[in-house]
Amino acid sequence: MEGLVYIALFAPFASSLFAALFGMTERKIFVGIVASILLATSFVASAMLAFYVYGTGNAIHVTMMDWISAGDLHIPFGFIVDQVSVTMMMVVTLVSTIVHIYSIGYMDHDKSFNRFFSYLSAFVFSMMILVMSDNFAGLFIGWEGVGVCSWLLIGFWYHKPDVSREENPSISPSWAANEAFIMNRIADLGMLIGLFILYWNIGSLQYDKVFAAVPFLDGTVLNAAAFALFIGAMGKSAQFPLHTWLTDAMEGPTPVSALIHAATMVTAGVFLVIRANPLFSLTPEVSYFIAALGTFVAFFAASMALVNRDLKRIIAFSTLSQLGYMFAAAGLGAYWIALFHLAAHAFFKALLFLGAGNVMHAMHDELDIFKMGGLKKVMKWTYLYMGVASLALSGIPFFAGYFSKDAIIETAWNEGTIVLWAILVITAGMTAFYSFRQVFLTFEGDERYKKYGIHPHEMYGYVLIAMSPLAILAMVAGFGMEGFEHFVTKLLPDYHMSEHTHRIAWLLGLIVLAFAVSGIALAYKKYYYGLKRDEQLENSWYYKLLANQYYIPVLYDEFIAKPYAMISNAMWTKVDMKIVDATVDGIAKFLYKTGDTSRKMQTGNLSNYLNWMAVGAVLLLVVAAISAAAIG
Amino acid sequence: MIGLTDYLIVSAILFSIGLMGVLRRRNLLMLFFATEVMLNAVNVAFAAISHYYNDLTGQMFAFFIIAIAASEVAVGLGILIVLYKKHGSLDLDDLASMRG
Repeated sequence: MEGLVYIALFAPFASSLFAALFGMTERKIFVGIVASILLATSFVASAMLAFYVYGTGNAIHVTMMDWISAGDLHIPFGFIVDQVSVTMMMVVTLVSTIVHIYSIGYMDHDKSFNRFFSYLSAFVFSMMILVMSDNFAGLFIGWEGVGVCSWLLIGFWYHKPDVSREENPSISPSWAANEAFIMNRIADLGMLIGLFILYWNIGSLQYDKVFAAVPFLDGTVLNAAAFALFIGAMGKSAQFPLHTWLTDAMEGPTPVSALIHAATMVTAGVFLVIRANPLFSLTPEVSYFIAALGTFVAFFAASMALVNRDLKRIIAFSTLSQLGYMFAAAGLGAYWIALFHLAAHAFFKALLFLGAGNVMHAMHDELDIFKMGGLKKVMKWTYLYMGVASLALSGIPFFAGYFSKDAIIETAWNEGTIVLWAILVITAGMTAFYSFRQVFLTFEGDERYKKYGIHPHEMYGYVLIAMSPLAILAMVAGFGMEGFEHFVTKLLPDYHMSEHTHRIAWLLGLIVLAFAVSGIALAYKKYYYGLKRDEQLENSWYYKLLANQYYIPVLYDEFIAKPYAMISNAMWTKVDMKIVDATVDGIAKFLYKTGDTSRKMQTGNLSNYLNWMAVGAVLLLVVAAISAAAIG
Repeated sequence: MIGLTDYLIVSAILFSIGLMGVLRRRNLLMLFFATEVMLNAVNVAFAAISHYYNDLTGQMFAFFIIAIAASEVAVGLGILIVLYKKHGSLDLDDLASMRG
């Protein structure tokens, strides 16, 4: 079993190194194939581990080597494969295998094909470390590793020039990459503080030791640690107010958006909360805050998705919104439901993104859904996939999202947090509306793309086949819910609906369904038969507010980025140039000047030298006499 | 009675004369003479102090200095002659060729 753990972990690493060997050369198709095979190996190993854990109910704990051993600090490179991590491993390796195969087709014409695979595999390796580590330090390494890979991949087309915010809200890939990295760095500071608090009070970062010790800690310390850790989770999972980077991250290639910014990396924050559930369940205030913030983000992001015109950004907003749902569940104590929604969401959201990638590929990187329409004629399979994914996302019965999202909404009712429940229900309706608005505008109605001289074509056959597992999972994953509950609640606290909730569950489900169906119906009515622009609506203040993302990016720019640049400028010209540099320059100038002056002693005349020698001797005598007098 | 002090005063006066010669003279030969004067000023002091303490070491040292000074003069004069043949002068102001 230990061997399988290492295979699952290091196959992506090997893949990354292999692809890196060819990083600087032109496209080699076998690089993509080898990378995909290695990733598939990792998936198979993870699946075997999952069967083992499922069958025996035991966790596999391996310690590869000591990493840091200094004084009392002892951090090993240890890995744990238990119910939670094996779920994450399955999700990560499955989605990434599909994304690797997909990328062979999608990155077809890119001259940095090999480099792309190297980054993508490196990301999977970091993600595996993140989920498999048996201590917070290893988790943090994976956390930073995925951050770096995300930065590399968002900025993959770094050569694109900057444009103004009016033209493209994310300015350029390199700008978006830096934004994502810096926002995450801000949040990581919170996470580090959380780790320090835990280490300071417990003296270890091993999960088992920390979770055994948290019940004996002071409430304030626990709250501080939980809140600090959650700040880290907020950055990685792009929760308000650190959410702007996720939509801008859509500058990266679409497979990256599917893998990193939908299915895996952004769920790391949720994973952290689930993993640290012994801590969070002891801090009800922080947990309630998590739930409230999650609910707010679910609504907030969905509202922005309602009016957006950018195919990928709509899906990104919906990712944000679904992450909000997951946090709501985790905050309300239903950790296993959060994990279930995480897995289900990974499948249908990755599928949605890959479908969007197909559309982009067909439309020559055009992303404006107002310029599409009627694509179903040429892209039957993509339409089918995106339709299935959207149905799952909207929570239509018997698709994956129906089970997981319904459970979350039910949880909100069960906890008696009616306000959260109501917001989540309304959000479910909005989700259905924007998902189908996007699907209908893309695939149905009049063929608006013809005006722009675009000739769309369907994606390669093998790519479509590679996407099929995701489509199947998006349809059937929900039926595994009971088995999943049984599986993960061996480790996670079980969460049951009260008798009362259970009795009216059908009614609650019906309300959610009514909202979802009416959302779809509204989208059908407005967009199925083509796009009719409503000038009056589009010029209204609330439409503009939503389309401009509540002006938050502009606010950040005006009130944080620009003042910061001004302060930096002032520090540079005033402090650095006039004080720091001036001091260093002053020392050098002084030395030059003394040298220049004393150079004149060197006349070449022996007589002058002798005079100076005498002066020196006299000086030494005087010093000797004075010191003798002082001592004597 | 002539005591140690008087010898030392003579020695000091001789040394100062030598030092002034070293500092003020421009002619290399004269510089040589001035250093000889300084060396012998030290010899006088050695001999006087050696006698004062009844210790022969100081007087022995004076002999050594005389011997070494003699050999030094032999070498130094040789160099002076070569220098004179080359430059036609022993004035230090004319010999300043390594101005910094």
